[in-house]
Amino acid sequence: MGQIVANMAGNVWKVLVKPGDQVEEEQDVVILESMKMEIPIAAEVAGRVKEIKTNEGDFVNEGDVLIILE
Amino acid sequence: MFQKILIANRGEIAARIIRTCQLMGIKTVAIYSEADMEAPHVKMAEEAYLVGGPRVAESYLKLDKILEIAKATGVEAIHPGYGLLSENAIFARRCVESGIVFIGPSPDVIAKMGSKIEARRAMEVAGVPVVPGIFHPLLDVEEAVQAAHAIGYPVMLKASAGGGGIGMQIVRSDEEIRKAFAGNQKRANDFFGDGAMYLEKFIVNPRHIEIQIFADNQGNTVYLGERECSIQRRHQKVLEEAPSTFLDPVTRQKMGETAVKAAQTIGYSNAGTVEFLVDENKQFYFLEMNTRLQVEHPVTEEITGLDLVEWQFRIASGESLRLSQKDIKFEGHAIEVRIYAEDPRTFFPSPGKITKWVTPQGLGVRNEVAVREESVVTPFYDPMIAKLVVKGENRGEAIERLKQALHDYQVEGIKTNIPLLREIAKSEAFRAGDTTTDFITKYL
Repeated sequence: MGQIVANMAGNVWKVLVKPGDQVEEEQDVVILESMKMEIPIAAEVAGRVKEIKTNEGDFVNEGDVLIILE
Repeated sequence: MFQKILIANRGEIAARIIRTCQLMGIKTVAIYSEADMEAPHVKMAEEAYLVGGPRVAESYLKLDKILEIAKATGVEAIHPGYGLLSENAIFARRCVESGIVFIGPSPDVIAKMGSKIEARRAMEVAGVPVVPGIFHPLLDVEEAVQAAHAIGYPVMLKASAGGGGIGMQIVRSDEEIRKAFAGNQKRANDFFGDGAMYLEKFIVNPRHIEIQIFADNQGNTVYLGERECSIQRRHQKVLEEAPSTFLDPVTRQKMGETAVKAAQTIGYSNAGTVEFLVDENKQFYFLEMNTRLQVEHPVTEEITGLDLVEWQFRIASGESLRLSQKDIKFEGHAIEVRIYAEDPRTFFPSPGKITKWVTPQGLGVRNEVAVREESVVTPFYDPMIAKLVVKGENRGEAIERLKQALHDYQVEGIKTNIPLLREIAKSEAFRAGDTTTDFITKYL
């Protein structure tokens, strides 16, 4: 069980995984857009995607939970 | 001359335009987003109006709302600054149709130069050297592979509507181009609403040198020398200087005259910049034309003693150029560095609250700043928050002033690229003028 959080404020540009997907450590799962730059957010640990807490186009703040792993 | 104008922009450039208006006795109307309530340009303008939410699509790109404000406040002209709506031909046309002067070239010229493919074609016809490559949008990845074979690897895959390095990638093999094509096309579609892609020969170790031109509505065109902008990160400029250490007087004149010819061929008016790639043999190739004021225009102002924004107003209001080519003199050496709110190593953005902000002062030091202590740098806009411009009698003196000014610059609360700029300023390679576009990855 783990969670993936935004490491900076920005718009969610792309969600690269869906519930049920198996993700590896350091795999990019979400791409944020901040200050006109694409920021890939990677999983810090391996796991299976339990829930996606954000939608493409959402604005997120630093520290917001994007994805919950199990 | 105009009595009152609207500035359809934000940040340091909006503040810089207002300054010239104040000197010329022109009244100013600013616009702002919910994220920019406390921004300097809002305080500096005589009138300021909220357009909408923090995202550019809700505010600074809302052309209907901006035109509404322009009409309601009775302005005669709109200065678009750079970025945002500055190269939007539809906005320029809507201004004209509303009886408001758009400070820039005609909508048709903006549209033509906004398509890199069309611009390449126009320049080819005008006899301006362009980077070898194709002159039409690629149908699909198979055509891209074939075209790449004809040009010879490495090639640069580019979006016709691209800018800021988005939708652009060097590819060195069939495999790489197959991998890169769809992603860049999608990105170009997402960012610019146009997925047209093309290919150019990749020029090895190029320098990025651009020529500032000015054209009036009476058909006179001059060039105000070059700016060397080779030091970049993520295909975006970090440091610009003039004159370039690489150009001899003959090449300089040839590039200047070529830029003037390019502008005249397309019926250009107002301020424009013709960007060239220059290879190791001083062969130069047209890259693109920016139909607006550039971020780095202060470098040209410092060595010519001219206020380029004032020139823009004069031309837009119908005046002829006051100087002919032989009257334009260059003096000293100027360097500009862009202060970005970002990690100096990874170049990842660093939004947040600025807790300390001290700009350097001293002889030959100019600051263009969009923030102050307690400002919040939001994630909604470009990370460039300030520019530092220094001038010296010669390049050596300018570099010494740059080193001192960067040493004195103090920013806390957010990360900035100032540590990287300090490294550039004190590097031997920079002092030697060995500035190609791979400078940062090569030397730092």
